[in-house]
Amino acid sequence: MNSGSTAPLLSVSGLSHYYGAITGCCGVSFDLWPGEVIGVVGESGSGKTTLLNCISGRMAPTVGKVEFCTRTEGLADIYRMSEAERRMLMRTDWGFVHQNPRDGLRMGVSAGANIGERLMAVGARHYGEIRDTANDWLGKVEFNLDRMDHLPSTFSGGMQQRLQIARNLVTGPRLVFMDEPTGGLDVSVQARLLDLLRELVTDLGLSAIVVTHDLAVARLITQRLMVMRQGEVVETGLTDQVLDDPQHPYSQLLVSSILQV
Amino acid sequence: MYVAVKGGKRAIDNAHRLLAEERRGNKDVPELTLDQIREQMTGAVDRVMTEGSVYDRNLAALAIKQARGDLVEAVFLLRAFRTTLPRFAASQPIDTGKMTVRRRISATYKDLPGGQLLGPTFDYTHRLLDFSLAEETGDHLPPADTAPADVGRAMPRVLDQLDREGLIESEVPTDNIEPGDLTRDPLSFPVDRSVRLQNLARGDEGFLLALAYSTQRGYGRNHPFAGEIRMGEVAVEIVPEELGFPIEIGEITVTECEMVNQFSGSAEAPPQFTRGYGLVFGQQDRKAMSMALVDRALRARELHEEIEAPAQDEEFVMYHSDAVEAQGFVQHLKLPHYVDFQSELELIRRLRSSFQGQAPAPAAAE
Amino acid sequence: MDTISQSPDNFHAASGSYNFAYLDEQTKRMIRRALLKAITIPGYQVPFGGREMPLSYGWGTGGIQVTASVIGPEDILKVIDQGADDTTNAVSIRSFFAKTTGVETTTETAEATLIQTRHRIPETPLREDQVIVYQVPIPEPLRWLEPRETETRKMHGLAEYGGMHVRLYEDITRYGKIATSYDYPVIVNGRYLMRPSPIPKFDNPKMDQNPALQLFGAGREKRIYAVPPYTSVKSLDFEDHPFEIQTWDQDCAICGSTDSFLDEVITDDAGGRMFVCSDTDYCGQRMAAHDASDETETNQ
Repeated sequence: MNSGSTAPLLSVSGLSHYYGAITGCCGVSFDLWPGEVIGVVGESGSGKTTLLNCISGRMAPTVGKVEFCTRTEGLADIYRMSEAERRMLMRTDWGFVHQNPRDGLRMGVSAGANIGERLMAVGARHYGEIRDTANDWLGKVEFNLDRMDHLPSTFSGGMQQRLQIARNLVTGPRLVFMDEPTGGLDVSVQARLLDLLRELVTDLGLSAIVVTHDLAVARLITQRLMVMRQGEVVETGLTDQVLDDPQHPYSQLLVSSILQV
Repeated sequence: MYVAVKGGKRAIDNAHRLLAEERRGNKDVPELTLDQIREQMTGAVDRVMTEGSVYDRNLAALAIKQARGDLVEAVFLLRAFRTTLPRFAASQPIDTGKMTVRRRISATYKDLPGGQLLGPTFDYTHRLLDFSLAEETGDHLPPADTAPADVGRAMPRVLDQLDREGLIESEVPTDNIEPGDLTRDPLSFPVDRSVRLQNLARGDEGFLLALAYSTQRGYGRNHPFAGEIRMGEVAVEIVPEELGFPIEIGEITVTECEMVNQFSGSAEAPPQFTRGYGLVFGQQDRKAMSMALVDRALRARELHEEIEAPAQDEEFVMYHSDAVEAQGFVQHLKLPHYVDFQSELELIRRLRSSFQGQAPAPAAAE
Repeated sequence: MDTISQSPDNFHAASGSYNFAYLDEQTKRMIRRALLKAITIPGYQVPFGGREMPLSYGWGTGGIQVTASVIGPEDILKVIDQGADDTTNAVSIRSFFAKTTGVETTTETAEATLIQTRHRIPETPLREDQVIVYQVPIPEPLRWLEPRETETRKMHGLAEYGGMHVRLYEDITRYGKIATSYDYPVIVNGRYLMRPSPIPKFDNPKMDQNPALQLFGAGREKRIYAVPPYTSVKSLDFEDHPFEIQTWDQDCAICGSTDSFLDEVITDDAGGRMFVCSDTDYCGQRMAAHDASDETETNQ
C-alpha cells in the first residue's frame, strides 16, 4: 500500500463508550498495521461489539479517537470527517461482514446485484464489466455461479455469508471488520468458511479486525489478539502466545473453558 | 378527429348538474337548512370544523350540505376556503383550566376537586335504535336536571395535581418558542411537538383511532390512563397591536384529553408519569383520546424509547394522517393514465415476445 | 353570515373577490422564492409551504400553484393532460385559470407562453420564450429504495445514487433490458437525481438542453424543482445498455406521424385497435398542414 509500513492503517486511542451510566467499553488503545489481522475475544457483554461499532464508524465513541490512514491525507480522525467522507470510506476502503448475512445483504435483489451495488456506488456503469467482476468474486468465494441471478433468500446460511464476503471485497477494501463471521452456522459449514477466510486474508493481504467469542476462529485467522472483559482490554499479544500461555486470570479462564469443551 | 376517449367541458358541466340533483334528492322532501345541520348534526359539524381547521359552525354546516353528508369531502371544502382567508392575528393560548365545563371525567381518581361531571355523552346509552325518533316529537323532551353547583364550580385540571407532587413530567415551557404552522411551512423532520399536535388535530379521525388502538394492542404500548377528559366553552383572546393587552373575541367549544402514561425513566430522566395530549373542536371524545394516545406514542424519540411500531414513527404518522391529502392521491388514480399505461403495455408486450421467442405482438417493435 | 357568500359553491359569483390567479401575493412571493432557488440548483427538490387548493391533492395542486405564481395577464396558457387539451382534468384546470386570471388560453403549443402539463411533453419543440410546468405526484426518485424523507435527503446531499443502478441492473438481468417505461429517472446538470414526473421515457430526451424553462410542482409533497434552459438532463443507463425510447410499428392512424408518441385506442371488442397521436394539438397541426398542401396542389 502507498502508506508503506511506517504508519498504522488504523489507530485507536483512549476510546470509551458509555450508554448512560453503563460502560460499553473503556480506555481502549491499539494500532492495526497494514496486512495485519487482529482478533477481539471475550464473552458476550464484554464490550467487543461496542468497540467494533465505534471503530468502524457506526457509533461515535463518548471519548477517544479513531484514526484511519486515508489514501490521500494519511491518518485522519474518522469522526472529524464529513459524513460524506465517512460514508465514502465505508463503501470503498472498508468492508463490514455482519454475523447475520441479512444485515449485510440487500435481500430483495439478486446475488449479482448485491456484489455490483458497491461497484455502481463508486461509478461503475458498464453492465457487462460489473457482471464479470461479480462473477470473478463469486468464484473466489466458491459460490455456485449458476445461482448468480437468484435472490439471497433462496441460499443457505453459508452461501449467504460467502455472498456477503464477496460483496464486501469487490471494491478492494484495505480494512475489513468482521462481527462473528462464522457465528450461526453449522460446524462443518463454519470450518469451510474459515478455510476460505484464511485463504482470502493471506492471498489478498487484507487487514482485518475480527470480533468473535470462538477462540478457534481467532487461532485460525488472526495474528494478534485482544481479550476483553467488562468493557476493558485485559490482555493483548500474539495470538498463539495469548492462547497457549495466557497471562491474565480471565484469559486463562477463557482459554481453559474453551479447551474443555 | 377521434375523441371518444376524451372528456370535455360539456361532460364536466353535466356532471356538476347531476351532482346537484343527487344532492337535492327527492324534491317532495323539504330541503335541508343549514340551521338544521348546525343544530342537529353537531357530531358531523364538530368533526368537519376540527379536521377542516376552521371554527365556524355555519360554514361547516354548509360544507356538509354541499358534500351531501360526505364528511371528508366537507373537510376538503372547508380547507380550500380556509386557505384564502387573510390572517388578522394569532390568538393567545386558550386556558382550559378556566373552561366553563359541561363534561369532565377522570379515570384515575374516584373523586376530585370539582367532581366528575358526565354531561351529554353516548357512553352509557344502550345502543338500541330509538324508534320514537322516527317521529318528529323531540321538542317535547323534558329538560335534564343538572346540579345547580355544576355551573361556575372551580375545576382544577387533574394533571396539575400530579405535577405539584412531581410525579408527572412538567410541560416544557414554550413561552419563547413560536409554535410551527404546517399550513404555511413544509414539514421537515424531526418536527416540534406543536407541529405534530397540529397535524394530529387536523388528522383523519379514523386513521388516528386505528393507530391509537394499535398502541393498546401492543404496537408501541404506552400504558395509558385517561387522566382527564373535559368539554365545554373557553374564551379566545387576542392581543391587538394597538392595545397591547388581551381582549376576548369569542368563545369556542373544545374537548381536551390528557392521558397519563407510565414511564420507567431513562439515563436522563427519573421514573415518572408522562403525558399525551389531545384537543379538538366541539365534543369529540373519541378523536381527542385517539390524538392523545398517538401524541404520546410519537414522543418515543424524545423519551429515548425504542421506535418499533407505526404509531411511534413520526414520518409515517404525519405523512399519512391527513384525509384531504390521502383522498386526493388515492382518487387521482381515476385520472387518465393512458400514456403511462401505453408505455407499460408496449414494454410488457415486448418482454412477453422475447420471453416466448415468438414474432412481436402488434405494438412491439424495435 | 356574510362569509358564506364566498364559499367555493358560489365561486363564480365571488371570483371577483379572489386575487389574480387565486393565490394571494404573499404566497406567490413565497413560491417564486422557492422557484428561484430551484432554478439555481437544477434538479434539487426545494421544500415550499404548499397551500391547500380548491382541487384535490394528486390532481395537479403543485402544478397549479407554480403556474399561479408565474402567470401574468399577458400570458397565453395551454393545459394538457396525457398530451391532450380536452381531457377532463386539463379542461378543469384551464377553466380554473381562465376564471381566476382572465388570460387567453390556447391549445396550440407554438402559441402558448406557459404550458401546464401532466404526463407528456408536447411533440412540437419548445422555445426560449416558453415555460412548461409539470404536475408531479411523487417528486422523490429514491422513494422506492428508501421510504424515509430524512434518509433520502441525506442520499441526495451525498449524491449516493448507486442504488438506482442496482434496479436497472436487476431489470437487465431479469428481462434483458431496462424495464422502466415512464417516470424514468434522470441526472440533471451532472449532479441531482430527478424524477421527470410520469412522462413516458419517450419524452426524456426532450428535457435535455431544452430552450424552455421547465418547472416542476408537487403539491401534496410540497416540493418544487426546476430544469433551467439549456441544461443537461441525462437518463440513467449503462454504457453497454444505453437508454432507449419506445417505438411503434404503426404510424398515427389520423395524421400518419411516424415519430410521435402513440395512444392505443380499442375500437371494438374483437381485438380491433388503432394507434393515434397522444399529442392532439400536434396531430391536428399536421392534419391542417396536410389539408393546406392538398388545397395548394388542387389549385395548381
